[in-house]
Amino acid sequence: MPEILFFIFAAVAVGGAVGVVVSRSPVASLLFMVATLASTAGIFVLLEAHFLAAIQILVYAGAIMVLFLFVIMLLNLGHDYQRDIRGNVAMIIGFAVTGGIGGLLARQLGGGTAGLETNLGAGDAIDAALREYGAVGAIARPLFTDYVVAFELTGLLLLVAIVGAIALAKKAS
Amino acid sequence: MLAESLVLAGLIFVIGTLGVIVRRNAVIMFLCIELQLNAVNLTFVAFSRYVGIEGQVFVFFVMAVAAAEAAVGLAIIISIFRHYETVNVDSFTRLKW
Repeated sequence: MPEILFFIFAAVAVGGAVGVVVSRSPVASLLFMVATLASTAGIFVLLEAHFLAAIQILVYAGAIMVLFLFVIMLLNLGHDYQRDIRGNVAMIIGFAVTGGIGGLLARQLGGGTAGLETNLGAGDAIDAALREYGAVGAIARPLFTDYVVAFELTGLLLLVAIVGAIALAKKAS
Repeated sequence: MLAESLVLAGLIFVIGTLGVIVRRNAVIMFLCIELQLNAVNLTFVAFSRYVGIEGQVFVFFVMAVAAAEAAVGLAIIISIFRHYETVNVDSFTRLKW
């Protein structure tokens, strides 16, 4: 059952990703992106990352995508459906670069993924942590002990980002 | 499920890269960068299933930085749009030689 669900989510994620790139309307791109993010959240659940799945839906599909939608509507981009895909030269460069990256990834993954899961272990550590502390506690424990400095710095980064966004977007007086 | 997740993440990352290169609309390019970040997050979560919880902690930080980046980037796009009245990146030629 998890395998079937995984392939359904994977198909929706890849279809949404293709839709983001090919659709003419920015709003349609955005909705395809929400589909991709939601199905990625489903895959997070299958990989025992329940807290991150909830955060993915709330913060990514909710807040960040709504911010994009606000900007698209503010700039009034929702009605001009002209093609903005680049010409042949950039197309060739694009496919060459992505073909190179894709080939490299395929070569790495094709080299031997069969023994990967057994080599890395069965994932008992995560199962034990989830059973002992719960879905949120398992991630909160390292976040507030080992990584507390990085966590506080992230808060500072968000403050700087708020101030920077307001300073950049306000009308020059 | 690890190998399948890595293949899926690679596929989404490549599609996002293609989007950044071939599209001209600045907002869509930005959206494709989010797609790439999402693919990397998927890789982290897939590995953390087998290695340990630290991968999920890292994904948490990536999401926070992505939120900050989206806010600042969209503010820059708004600021450029006020000046040029377009978000087509081919129109931004002030720094081009």
